[in-house]
Amino acid sequence: MTTSAAVADPRDAARDLLGVSRLTDAALTTWLHGLPGVDQVGCEQRAAGLATRSVKTTAKVWAIDTAISMIDLTTLEGADTPGKVRSLCAKALVPDPDDRATPRPAAVCVYGDLVGVAREALGDSGIHVAAVATAFPSGRASLPVKLADTRDAVRAGADEIDMVIDRGAFLSGQYRRVFDEIVAVREACRREDGTGAHLKVILETGELVTYDNVRRASWLAMLAGGDFIKTSTGKVSPAATLPVTMLMLEAVRDWRELTGTQVGVKPAGGIRTTKDAIKHLVVVSEVAGDDWLDPDRFRFGASSLLGDLLLQRQKLATGAYSGADYVTTD
Amino acid sequence: MGKLEYAPAPESRAVVHLKPSYDLFVGGDWVASQGGTRFTTISPATEEVLAEVAEASAADVDRAVRAARTALRGPWGRMSGADRGKYLFRIARIIQERARELAVLETLDNGKPIKESRDVDVPLAAAHFFYHAGWADKLSYAGLGPDPRPVGVVGQVIPWNFPLLMLAWKVAPALACGNTVVLKPAETTPLTALLFAEICQQAELPPGVVNIVTGAGGTGQALVEHPGVDKVAFTGSTEVGKQIARSLAGTRKRATLELGGKAANIVFDDAPVDQAVEGIVNGIFFNQGHVCCAGSRLLVQENVADEVVRRLKRRLTTLRVGDPLDKNTDVGAINSAAQLERIRELSDLGEAEGATRWSPECELPTRGFWFPPTVFTGVAQAHTIAQQEVFGPVLSVLTFRTPQEAVAKANNTPYGLSAGVWSEKGSRILWVADQLRAGVVWANTFNKFDPTSPFGGYKESGWGREGGRHGLEAYVALAGGQEEQL
Repeated sequence: MTTSAAVADPRDAARDLLGVSRLTDAALTTWLHGLPGVDQVGCEQRAAGLATRSVKTTAKVWAIDTAISMIDLTTLEGADTPGKVRSLCAKALVPDPDDRATPRPAAVCVYGDLVGVAREALGDSGIHVAAVATAFPSGRASLPVKLADTRDAVRAGADEIDMVIDRGAFLSGQYRRVFDEIVAVREACRREDGTGAHLKVILETGELVTYDNVRRASWLAMLAGGDFIKTSTGKVSPAATLPVTMLMLEAVRDWRELTGTQVGVKPAGGIRTTKDAIKHLVVVSEVAGDDWLDPDRFRFGASSLLGDLLLQRQKLATGAYSGADYVTTD
Repeated sequence: MGKLEYAPAPESRAVVHLKPSYDLFVGGDWVASQGGTRFTTISPATEEVLAEVAEASAADVDRAVRAARTALRGPWGRMSGADRGKYLFRIARIIQERARELAVLETLDNGKPIKESRDVDVPLAAAHFFYHAGWADKLSYAGLGPDPRPVGVVGQVIPWNFPLLMLAWKVAPALACGNTVVLKPAETTPLTALLFAEICQQAELPPGVVNIVTGAGGTGQALVEHPGVDKVAFTGSTEVGKQIARSLAGTRKRATLELGGKAANIVFDDAPVDQAVEGIVNGIFFNQGHVCCAGSRLLVQENVADEVVRRLKRRLTTLRVGDPLDKNTDVGAINSAAQLERIRELSDLGEAEGATRWSPECELPTRGFWFPPTVFTGVAQAHTIAQQEVFGPVLSVLTFRTPQEAVAKANNTPYGLSAGVWSEKGSRILWVADQLRAGVVWANTFNKFDPTSPFGGYKESGWGREGGRHGLEAYVALAGGQEEQL
């Protein structure tokens, strides 16, 4: 993933798109609520239909390797230690010691205070370091605290920042506040040399509850300049569901049609099996298009998914299932 | 990066045991046709011959009607509703047990995708038997009258688009109400009806309660015109429906006719657009558009027409057309060469009359009968493709400006079977549904079926209702009615 160069202020772009001179809650409300609605039954039915596609044998080999390369290998526990992060990085560097041709995941995702450890462990391997910031997972802190959290992580060497939106503000209709926070965090991602860390905006869709909210939050995050939109922190249930991922893919597809800019999607939380991951890839392919079948545009936020993908990969290579002990735990 | 390919996932045919040749099912037994004439049924996806089937002559039909009469006078007529219900439950359960076999056979004979026969046709067929089994001992409480009696011997003629499901729609309520039946499946898709005959044997249904005579139009005509038939139930084309109506005029026979349609699928500018696109796709490309209630006329509000059509076209590029036994297939084969020819003729006419034709790039198999999903834009009410039923994967797109105009255009057809409305505004949905002259109006969805919900048409779409409490009406005679016929 290339780091974003200095780009136009999202506030100017947003005013242009909305056709207003001032970005207010009212202007944002009118615009976001003017987006087409989502019919829950139809949306879930479509996702369920796509989940029945068959991806086997050679198609499955391709899908497994692609899914591995899209993983943000994650540890976000209060009990995380430098040792735990180092071993996770070791796993990212060599996912399967028995098969060196196994692709590496896209990034390792940790809390801000462990970015330095991950950065050092990953060296110049090309694996990105993603950090959660902005008072993850609740997002309940003052803006200066959130920005300091972000700057800390960027300074420590994070390439990618996973921020959470203020769900309380969103649900109470303070869209301008959510927008401003995303813009501010985006600026806090900027490094001294003018480059910036990639910004993933976590919507925490489980707390937004309705599909209409998910769609509006997706558009709001893109309007504010997010590089990725991400479903969940993984700390709230339900986390990433197939219909929600599908809705977000529809949003980035429509956003590209409107603006020409490509935004990525990252489902996170609850995707544990190869089967689940492949269902998501089917939705990527059929809803957004094959352009998004790329780690620059689609990621899985997961801690245990890699293990199952490796097991399935070994099974396809050898014809037999080995067992959980043939895959390293972290 | 790359592209996600799907692996072919064909359903195994091993589960189906096709016999090289089938006789008629009369009086609980397989009997040879008297004329000895046979015809073949083929797989429309490959043109492979699946089996030979007997062609029932008028004499064979007579034999079947007599067998049905004997059963009606015999054990079936004397049986309590509760006991009839047990047979229906038993049939429903056997359909579930043999679901995979029925689905594969239906797909082989009809050409429809396995995911539709497996997930829609067969489960719904079982649901119709379960639902009507529940009515068998409760007919007095259906609000039809104090003592509903069976009508008698019912002659049933069903089409090729949903062979097993249409059989269930016809046979289940007839048996629940205590009638006996002679059923003629379509000549291109007789096999699941013949498998159903085996299921009747397996359920130990008394002989003659269900009789199945195979054949083409002549067999159907002999059945409809047989003086021993008390009621005719027909699903099929409006043209044949009219012939039947003419032949029944002046007789004491009752009839229900479920005929053609040219449904309007109305999309307002506030519709949930991605789901509306799915609904349009489901409305017209489900079962290759071989659906009498297909949403073949898309009426889209003018200010969003371009966007809806653009999204629809993009969606169609992901529709997968091909081997119907592959579970990845969305659109299967056209049922017969004759139907393919008709679809081609009407589509060519659409172009000749000035509408713009579009299909996604898709490779069609070289053998079998295939037609790509097709969208016509710039269609006017006056165009033939906006008026006539194509009965294939062909959508006509028209526009409207106001709700009144949408309703006027939707109703401006000789048909009135179904319609769809897409809007986020509940009051508008209710207003439009109230104005539409269609037997079924779906809101923010399309092609949803349920045994409890009556189905049937206005105007040239037919007479009577099937399913639900309303559907029972056609199969019962009330006090002072025809019980002396028994």
